[in-house]
Amino acid sequence: MSDRSPWPLRIVKGFARFWWDFLVGDTPELFVAVLVVVGLVALCRIVWQLNVLALVALPLLCMAALGVSLGRAQRTSREK
Amino acid sequence: MIATTVSSGVAVLVVAVFLTSCVEMVEALTIVLAVGHTRGWRSCFEGVVAALGALVVLVAVVGPALVRVPLATLHLVIGIILLIFGMQWLRKAILRSSGLKEMSDEDVRYQKTVASLDASDVTKSRDQVAFVVAFKGVFLEGLEVVIAVITLGTSAHRLGLAALVASVAVVLVAVVGALVSKQLTNVPENAMKMGVGIMLTSYGTFWTGEGLKVRWPGGDVELLVLVGIYLVVTWLFVAVLRRRDSVLEVAS
Repeated sequence: MSDRSPWPLRIVKGFARFWWDFLVGDTPELFVAVLVVVGLVALCRIVWQLNVLALVALPLLCMAALGVSLGRAQRTSREK
Repeated sequence: MIATTVSSGVAVLVVAVFLTSCVEMVEALTIVLAVGHTRGWRSCFEGVVAALGALVVLVAVVGPALVRVPLATLHLVIGIILLIFGMQWLRKAILRSSGLKEMSDEDVRYQKTVASLDASDVTKSRDQVAFVVAFKGVFLEGLEVVIAVITLGTSAHRLGLAALVASVAVVLVAVVGALVSKQLTNVPENAMKMGVGIMLTSYGTFWTGEGLKVRWPGGDVELLVLVGIYLVVTWLFVAVLRRRDSVLEVAS
């Protein structure tokens, strides 16, 4: 079905859809996980002033998030 | 020491931008060839030129504007975008390597695009369908290149270099595509995607840390350390998923 809204609105919608697909797409868990990781690392570094913990936690939590997402993908693929 | 840290950061930037551009342009080339062969080349080329023009304007407008944003904010926002983008690529490449997802096939992409194009009614001087499909293909794939160029280029203060490397990659893929006049099926796309995923995730981790005022022990050299760590972890993930999948297969 074609979108009959005015062209400026269509551009805004298209722009929003692009960023949604780009950042969230079919892996919303990665999007949420990265935001949670950034929040936790910000707590470590800015609030508690723990630099070493922050620099170790950042890559470690990202890898954990990736692992969880891969596990989820494997389960989904098995169910199919 | 300073020369080493600068060159290690630049090397990762150059490789990341080059590989990202190559992967996206191979996908765009497949669409362009499908449109050109099915609907004719004139409107197809017009769509390609219009899309490239729009992308150049986007880099020219957004790139310099981003330089005015405070550095810590820029690093944090760019770092988060790169982390999400990089982890998505890495996830897809790991799933393909471990056999849980089908490999990306340019032949299939080509056939799908051809099937979606109706070859009738192409006698008009301007073929709107060819123009729009070629424009969308090049613009959307190119937009990901632009995001890589702008995010990596501005955060490393090397926007010019990043744009130059991307241009070289685009021209290279276009020339190879024109010479063979065929979609580039034999390009090791998944290996390239995995490399890009590792580098974008490493850059994302590094810049997110910088944005949060994390002091990396080795400065820019830490980027290479992160690339190494993510490389090992990626290899482990592929091995574990393959093993687990074969165990589950035997059990079932």
